[in-house]
Amino acid sequence: MMNAHGKAIKYGDNVDTDVIIPARYLNTSDPEELAKYCMEDIDKDFVNKVCKGDIMVAGKNFGCGSSREHAPIAIKASGISCVIAETFARIFYRNAINIGLPIVECPEAAEDISDGDEVKVDFDSGIITNVTKSKTYKGVPFPRFMQEIMAADGLIGYIRQNKK
Amino acid sequence: MGMTMTQKILADHAGLPSVKAGELIKARLDMVLGNDITTPVAVKEFRKIGMDKVFDKEKIAIVPDHFTPNKDIKSAEQVKFIREFAKEMGIVNYFEIGQMGVEHALLPEKGLVVPGDVVIGADSHTCTYGALGAFSTGIGSTDMAAGMATGEAWFKVPEAIKFVLKGKPGKWVSGKDVILHIIGMIGVDGALYKSMEFVGEGVANLSMDDRFAMANMAIEAGGKNGIFEVDEKTLQYVKEHSTKEYRIFKADEDAEYAAIYEIDLACVKPTVAFPHLPSNTRTIDNVGEVKIDQVIIGSCTNGRIEDMRVAAEILKGRKVHPDVRCIIIPATQKIWKQSMSEGLFDIFIDAGAAVSTPTCGPCLGGHMGILAKGERAVATTNRNFVGRMGHPESEVYLASPAIAAASAIAGRIASPEEV
Repeated sequence: MMNAHGKAIKYGDNVDTDVIIPARYLNTSDPEELAKYCMEDIDKDFVNKVCKGDIMVAGKNFGCGSSREHAPIAIKASGISCVIAETFARIFYRNAINIGLPIVECPEAAEDISDGDEVKVDFDSGIITNVTKSKTYKGVPFPRFMQEIMAADGLIGYIRQNKK
Repeated sequence: MGMTMTQKILADHAGLPSVKAGELIKARLDMVLGNDITTPVAVKEFRKIGMDKVFDKEKIAIVPDHFTPNKDIKSAEQVKFIREFAKEMGIVNYFEIGQMGVEHALLPEKGLVVPGDVVIGADSHTCTYGALGAFSTGIGSTDMAAGMATGEAWFKVPEAIKFVLKGKPGKWVSGKDVILHIIGMIGVDGALYKSMEFVGEGVANLSMDDRFAMANMAIEAGGKNGIFEVDEKTLQYVKEHSTKEYRIFKADEDAEYAAIYEIDLACVKPTVAFPHLPSNTRTIDNVGEVKIDQVIIGSCTNGRIEDMRVAAEILKGRKVHPDVRCIIIPATQKIWKQSMSEGLFDIFIDAGAAVSTPTCGPCLGGHMGILAKGERAVATTNRNFVGRMGHPESEVYLASPAIAAASAIAGRIASPEEV
């Protein structure tokens, strides 16, 4: 699997899917269109400051609330290469795996990484490196079943493979 | 080791003699649900699988309810897209305007979910059907697509938190107050990845509408599902609404739980969740002076007939405060008609409230009652996140229909005893 490398953009606990992508923009499912409004209600500046490859870092229960897959779709289309959080809300967790947005649960990294830190994530080992602070953290690796889904570029790819 | 209610249903649907928490399984689905926001994405993903038919056209329900009646051109195009898909696939349970309702009020009413079922829905409040003793949970559009194609979904078997209910709730205390009380106690991630199982002699003192409201908000505690033990009230409801075969699953005596809470319903007070989290609760005697601009009575949490009746009981012969817009949204056509024939609409309209056709509308800031900057609403809905009902600087206070109706009259958050 690929790795992620970028600067950290940090948020707090309970970042809900209504602030990730407000419902007023859900009359479309076009990823590029959704990305224009990503994080608008929590951080108006996000779309201007995010660079391709950046890593979102947050606290507990990231992605709580609505089941809208538009949330991980918007994050992925905005250029974010990985989300690191202390914990994820379960529907967001499923959706991220199913659409192939890499996510890592790591309370230590979520706590220690500061906004703007340069961060690398190795998906095979689950090791997160904070280049700025010269530290490493061990994330929770995916179960094999989920790794297979991710390797197939999401659930649809996985089903297609298994259909044949 | 014994299994919880949820684990028993999942084991059965996975064709396994037993399952344990943490195990990954594939389970057979009895119903796959989607709405006008999530289904378009699911249809696109379904096409990518390359199948020309769904697994079972009777086991899929598509309910355009969020932005309907279509609020703008883009919404109309989304609904048109899923309507065409439903027609092409011959999906039996597609509910058009005139038949539709807020999905989680509609499906039980139509008898599409019964005890023992496994249901997934591309809507987080799919957990509502746990009130019927079914396993039901919210998933995303891709899972919906996969479910429509294969009739199966993968699950990580959850552990459970057991809530043992006892006693009888007070006059103005509803299921909504009980679940807000619980979320306030355990937090918005208090049941993360877990089942919330409601048992005990107190369950008998909760109506089906109370139970639907409670199971509905399991997700607001992070729960995978909320589920009630099946009793006579459940079976009576099923008998009145469905001819589907049902099965009753009870937790084993030696089932293990992550935590057990005992809740005396007689001690639960009317409860309000302040912005911006459902866990930010205060009992009605501690709300202070909170002036409001709008009241919404409706949604998949509290748009059912008992909710309409309690609102009418309080609004009868009284007037909505001149500074408040009070919008009442019966959740389905059946509830609408029932409210109309019981004379509840006369009461609402004489009080100065507006009555809307069924829609999720304002709950998610879609339409039919959006808030301006700085405005405050008391809503019987389920979420009060930043910007949920409109402007990011507006505020939503979650409460029962009784509190909402009393607040509409008082112009501030108030108890029915004050008006």
